[in-house]
Amino acid sequence: MALLSTERVTMRFGGLTAVSRLDVRIEKDEIVGLIGPNGAGKTTAFNVITGMNTPTEGRVLFAGEDITGMARHQIARRGIARTFQNIRLFKEMSVLENVLVGCHLRLHPNLFEATLHLPGYRRRDAEARAFAMDLLREVGLESNADELATSLPYGKQRRLEIVRALATRPSMLLLDEPAAGMNPHESLELMHFIRRIRDQFGLTILLIEHHMQVVMGVCHRIYVLEYGQTIAQGDPAAIQNDPKVIEAYLGAQ
Amino acid sequence: MKPKRTHLYSLAAAVAFAVLLGVADATLDAFSLRVLDLCAIYIVLALSLNLVNGFTGLFSLGHAGFMAVGAYTCALLTMTPEQKEMNFFLEPIAPWLAHVTIPFIPALVVAGLVAAALGFVIAAPALRLRDDYLAIATLGFAEIIRVVLTNAQSITNGALGLKGLPKFAGTWEVWGCAALSVAFMVLLTRSAYGRALKAVRDDEIAAGAMGVNVFRTKVVSFTVSSFMAGVGGALLGHLLTTIDPKMFTFMLTFNILLVVVLGGMASITGSVIASIGVTILMEALRFLDGPLDLGVFQLEARPGLRMVVFSALLMAVVLFRQRGLMGSREFSWEMLSRARLPWRKGGPAGTDGGTHGVA
Ligand SMILES: Nc1ncnc2c1ncn2[C@@H]1O[C@H](COP(=O)(O)OP(=O)(O)O)[C@@H](O)[C@H]1O
Ligand SMILES: [Mg+2]
Repeated sequence: MALLSTERVTMRFGGLTAVSRLDVRIEKDEIVGLIGPNGAGKTTAFNVITGMNTPTEGRVLFAGEDITGMARHQIARRGIARTFQNIRLFKEMSVLENVLVGCHLRLHPNLFEATLHLPGYRRRDAEARAFAMDLLREVGLESNADELATSLPYGKQRRLEIVRALATRPSMLLLDEPAAGMNPHESLELMHFIRRIRDQFGLTILLIEHHMQVVMGVCHRIYVLEYGQTIAQGDPAAIQNDPKVIEAYLGAQ
Repeated sequence: MKPKRTHLYSLAAAVAFAVLLGVADATLDAFSLRVLDLCAIYIVLALSLNLVNGFTGLFSLGHAGFMAVGAYTCALLTMTPEQKEMNFFLEPIAPWLAHVTIPFIPALVVAGLVAAALGFVIAAPALRLRDDYLAIATLGFAEIIRVVLTNAQSITNGALGLKGLPKFAGTWEVWGCAALSVAFMVLLTRSAYGRALKAVRDDEIAAGAMGVNVFRTKVVSFTVSSFMAGVGGALLGHLLTTIDPKMFTFMLTFNILLVVVLGGMASITGSVIASIGVTILMEALRFLDGPLDLGVFQLEARPGLRMVVFSALLMAVVLFRQRGLMGSREFSWEMLSRARLPWRKGGPAGTDGGTHGVA
């Protein structure tokens, strides 16, 4: 059974159909790419899966459960985490605090327990802090822990966003253009990083990316969208030689 | 950082402040004492508004409404049957209210709870809105509350208001509440729950994606803030010893907002300092509202001139120092030692962001 699948998911905004009858099936442990020209509906697909948008039609299934139309936090609780194309860090909070918000699900603080710093809460908070610091160390951000998140350089902000998502302990991770703004060397590093966290945290990954080197290098399978339609799917080799894909990309670039 | 040492400092500061209060309570004249107590009430109110506006990022302007509810609840619960009879001469008080009289502190708690209950009820529809829509909705709710209070003659005595409330809000009561509010806010904002509030404020969408129940977090913040506003309103009533619906117009909310913005959104320290500063300045500038003798020429009395000064101050802050006195920074003992000993080796460990609390 697929870990995540969408069944004929359609998302319309007024007269615009951003995503049309999308059918993806992602098996556990896979790294799957979602590519296509700008405006193809990739981010919208993420938004539907993570509860930012309720699809006009169709269903989203995760681990056998219908999660269509659930609130964002309920979907997060079920184990889907994501990053955003336009980085969405908590601006007024430190790097460490950003990651700690990711630990919220496991801390699940209630007002009284947290405010009074009761022992149960204190123990969970200490664990969360240790875990968050471990994650930061993992990606070389531990020396930035007390800095304001938005004071980090762009590349580190992207990494921080991934770490924050990992802190929710997801089983499925959605990455929206993680290599955007990175040079070839950095994107290569990112590719290794994605593989590493997949193995280390037992993740299944769905990835939107424009850097073809990254996509082809790291993905097991790829879906190609254009104007909301799925125009191709298959392994990297097949996609690279698909005439429709070549046309879509040459047309767009 | 040595938590043990800073805790000691904090304890010493608290004791010193309590002693100071005791001296003030015993030596100050009635007027100065009232200003001192007003400072404490403003601290409670500013912190409660800051919780919602500064820490949770909800632009709410309904504070006066919750204060009014708290003030009326507490007054009606503590006045004796005779006092009530004297007040309600136009229309007698509702019989179920005529004979309840409970002590001040429990009444204060009930006042907060009633305001919180109302806040909770209002939160459900209002918090579906955002930004200026939320501001307008909460403003509207506060106005509705005021109109209801004005017209519920047999319960609130309508526009006549309530006079001769027992002056229960003494220095210890109001500063006790202020201290509790500060302690609560420090503990809250440093906890995981406080982090969730700030996450909702900074980015609602990302907070949701991290598993924070955004709507519930907002409702809790709004409800707790209403509780504090209710308590603050009750204290105000029992300090001034008279209340009427006209006291609780938008101007009151504006004053508190002024304090919060001047002090710095999302700074407890800022709210405390600005509460004290604004309250004292407000009294010190009272002469502006009376007739002015400028030597060369005389100005006749212009009530409200005082507020012009504060409005100008607010505009100056908005224009030149948007983040107010403190921004989102907080006082800490480490901050003091950094300021005093810049030559010390090792340097400051962290940033001066909002992560350090009042130590
Ligand atoms: N909330 C929205 N309201 C209206 N139109 C939207 C919204 N979100 C996305 N769109 C539109 O849907 C289309 C697909 O956008 P998007 O999913 O962001 O594309 P991609 O991520 O593939 O570049 C675009 O034409 C975009 O303008
Ligand atoms: Mg996109």
